[in-house]
Amino acid sequence: MPRTTAKNGKKTAQPALPVGRHGLKLSLPPDADSAPKGAKAASREGLRSVGKSSQRVDGWEKVSGVAQFVDDIEFGPGLLYAALVESPHAHARILRVDTKAAEAVAGVVRVLTGKDFPFKFGLYMKDRYVFAQDRVRFVGEQVAAVVAWDAKTALRAARLVKVDYEELPPILDPMTALEDGADLIHPELGDYPHVPWFFPKAKTNVAHWRKTRKGDAAKGFKDADVVLEDTYTVPRYAHCAIEVHGAVGLYDNSGRLTVWTASQSPFTQRNLFAEALSPLGLTHKDVRVVTPYIGGGFGGKAGVSMEILGAAIAAKVQGHPVKVLWSRAQEFVNTYQRQGVVAKIKLGAKKDGTITALEHKLYWDAGAYVEYGANVVNAAGLSASGPYRVDNLHIDSVCVYTNLPPGGPYRGFGYSEFMFGLESHVTRMAQKLKMDPVEFRRKNAIKEGDILPYGAAMNPTGIQEAIDKVAAEIEWGRAVPSKDARKAVGKSLVLFWKSPAMPPNASSSAFLKFNEDASLNILVSGMELGQGLLTAMAQVASEILSVPVSKIRVETPDTDRNPYEWQTVGSHVTWGCGNAVLKAAVDAREQIFDLVERSLHLDRASLYLEDSAVKSRNKPGWSLPLKSFVIAGIQVEDHTYKGGPIMGRGVFMPEFSSAISDPETGQGGHPNVHYTTGAAGVVVSVDRETGKVRILKATLAVDVGRAINPGLVDQQVIGGLLQGFATALYEDMRFDAKGRIMNANFSDYKIPTALDIPDKTVPIIVEVPQPDGPFGARGVGEHTMIPAAPLIANAVEDAVGARIKSMPVTAEKIALALRKGA
Amino acid sequence: MRKASITLKLNGVSRRVEVAANDTLLEVLREKLGVKTAKIGCDRGDCGTCTVLMDGRTVRACLVLAMEAEGTRIETVEGLSKNGGTPLQKAFVKRNSFQCGFCAPGVTLSATELLRRNPRPSRHEIQEAIGGNLCRCTGYLPIIEAIEDAAGGKD
Ligand code: FES
Ligand code: FES
Repeated sequence: MPRTTAKNGKKTAQPALPVGRHGLKLSLPPDADSAPKGAKAASREGLRSVGKSSQRVDGWEKVSGVAQFVDDIEFGPGLLYAALVESPHAHARILRVDTKAAEAVAGVVRVLTGKDFPFKFGLYMKDRYVFAQDRVRFVGEQVAAVVAWDAKTALRAARLVKVDYEELPPILDPMTALEDGADLIHPELGDYPHVPWFFPKAKTNVAHWRKTRKGDAAKGFKDADVVLEDTYTVPRYAHCAIEVHGAVGLYDNSGRLTVWTASQSPFTQRNLFAEALSPLGLTHKDVRVVTPYIGGGFGGKAGVSMEILGAAIAAKVQGHPVKVLWSRAQEFVNTYQRQGVVAKIKLGAKKDGTITALEHKLYWDAGAYVEYGANVVNAAGLSASGPYRVDNLHIDSVCVYTNLPPGGPYRGFGYSEFMFGLESHVTRMAQKLKMDPVEFRRKNAIKEGDILPYGAAMNPTGIQEAIDKVAAEIEWGRAVPSKDARKAVGKSLVLFWKSPAMPPNASSSAFLKFNEDASLNILVSGMELGQGLLTAMAQVASEILSVPVSKIRVETPDTDRNPYEWQTVGSHVTWGCGNAVLKAAVDAREQIFDLVERSLHLDRASLYLEDSAVKSRNKPGWSLPLKSFVIAGIQVEDHTYKGGPIMGRGVFMPEFSSAISDPETGQGGHPNVHYTTGAAGVVVSVDRETGKVRILKATLAVDVGRAINPGLVDQQVIGGLLQGFATALYEDMRFDAKGRIMNANFSDYKIPTALDIPDKTVPIIVEVPQPDGPFGARGVGEHTMIPAAPLIANAVEDAVGARIKSMPVTAEKIALALRKGA
Repeated sequence: MRKASITLKLNGVSRRVEVAANDTLLEVLREKLGVKTAKIGCDRGDCGTCTVLMDGRTVRACLVLAMEAEGTRIETVEGLSKNGGTPLQKAFVKRNSFQCGFCAPGVTLSATELLRRNPRPSRHEIQEAIGGNLCRCTGYLPIIEAIEDAAGGKD
């Protein structure tokens, strides 16, 4: 059944290079040679737009300041503002909510509480509430909202809402939550609806337990010459998109609900809003979600978090738009956070460096609600072998409720978290075996056709090429003496992989319309998060239709206008949405050829598109400009017209994917569509006194299958690595003994500035095509962050001999370890 | 709440506006003067997305009281973007410097101030000049390189 292997994939309807059923050969434009690096390989195969580092279609819009974000949209003087009443306790029963004083404040329109919305919602498991019902489960949870004519009044009145609580002991770490007899955070867990691939344990704090078993781990360890066991810990992290979350809802008097949100997921939001608010009589057609540009997402704006408030509150103040905008402090607490994890790893290997067995137990601090976070746990549980061939594998990935803010997706979706421990451990195993850690990786790295942890076959991968290129870039094996005696230089090379985590039927679709001048509008609901999706989609269509990228407009989604996309997450839209756009473009092209054939009687097989015109191999010099007929049609001998507006339509669903497997082993399904793989390396210098780390060089080679826009891929590498290095070196969320966050601002939770970048960053693109990807492309967005933490931990050890097993690898930890060691 | 009328020159045009004593310049720009390029990122001086030029110097509009802007010259990205933009903006577009673009207005004004004062800055001076403008997407390098292009007169 698996169809992602090269051989099978080539048989699918979507060839790597779409030549259409009439064997259109793409032509090589004269300027192909002047294309930037990375485009050369593509040009060789005759591509004209794909593979070029073209300018972003949204570049000037953003630089000129014209690009609108949700808080920039004007709603006029009828706009209301909502302020939240939040729980001060990590775990408590709500005894009474008294809204009288707040309601009496002049300018207050309405005060809403849990009683107004006795509904649950959630993406993969319905365990979350619009407002807390009878108990609160984290500090900052929304208990009530005050709606007023201006934001300041709403805030002031919110402070007057009196809530009586009965405090319960909070559970702040997963290991305590797992103890026998631990208090239950969700006593009703057994009743929550969830997707069929989750396995919650009723009457415990375990919301999901993903088991993956392959081969015979016990035997594998017996066969090993060396067995190494250790525990690694990863704290929680915050996305810190510079734009906070916001939503504006309008339930108008005709009964339709429009919600403008800062979101990666317009259609998923529409679906969850319609489901959650169906008791109010709303159906999907009555709900519209508009997502203007967003100021960074990184997974934090996926699914539905605070946006439910914009939708729900609007439903209670019919006729007026109402805005909910998070403060920076709320942004830290009440969206999603990256989950912390305790990782217990046991690895066995033979003297010759062959891995014989891996046991990987992951205990996730998933927080108070796991409607999205449990799927992070699931994804890790399917892939915690890392990009290695492991015949005897035992993975437990356990999603544990705690009384901390809800966990969820963050760039890397579980892989950033577990790869810290795994890639630290792999280097240590190589040391035990007295083997070069790069050699050890080369020997065990996964290959095309190898059996994945859940039993399907691995897709094509350029991981060996990536290892070679990174090793060369950091001159692996060549020691670098430090010029400064107080500092030591170290290097490391680690591998990474990741697959999109999505339901097996997550689909993409596209419409494409020609305008009178043969310019194009492409309608998709893949979201522009900054990654350059709009540009990549324009390039894909441009390639097929020969219309220049500068004449293609692609805009952010509006669910009334744009066709369906599940969500923009998991680094899958270039692949999924790209396939839909490609199909839409081919559909339009075939309509064009049909029309030319039947109205001008030209041999269809001879037709091709070039420079926005139809040409024929049989009639050199003849050309019919697209603009002459894509709206107006073609006039024929009797002066009538044939044709009409050309509009393409494309739909893509990975029809080979399935999430159903044996709950005890994880075997039998095909949950992951493909893995993107690669290698990364650093050269660092470490101050032996202070422990301060400086990154002298960072490099990352990623096999993107085909770079639709190599320049934008390079930028994913540069941006993602820095975001990762910050989690590796200094970021982390701190909570006090009562579960209150202590650093919910940018002074105390420091993210990198322009002064904190590596001295040098070298992106490397590897292109081993993905058979079912548009032009061979597969995803890249998240992967560039994943290797950052083990890179640092391993390079620090290489430099000064200190092995840090908990993130972040701070200067303080290094200095203390060195003092202890000395 | 004490209210007052202030007059300021916004992108070369004289504007008069009624403000309350505790209104910040950022609130007044966004809500009363139609300036949407100064963004709210933290509202406490940490992120730099609200950066505007006040009498030629960068300020964080979230930390300036609107009343302090009386009689000043305020420049925002709306003002720079007329007629196709400045050479710096063109360099940003050419380099695909921004991803989500949310930080772009603040970064643009910090870099504009730098280049006016110091047309040939070193890389470190560029990093310092935009060091108060947080960007979560780009890793800063494509921004820094575009500022170098603009400074070097490349277009
Ligand atoms: S909003 Fe002013 S510095 Fe962040
Ligand atoms: S481009 Fe997104 S914050 Fe700078």
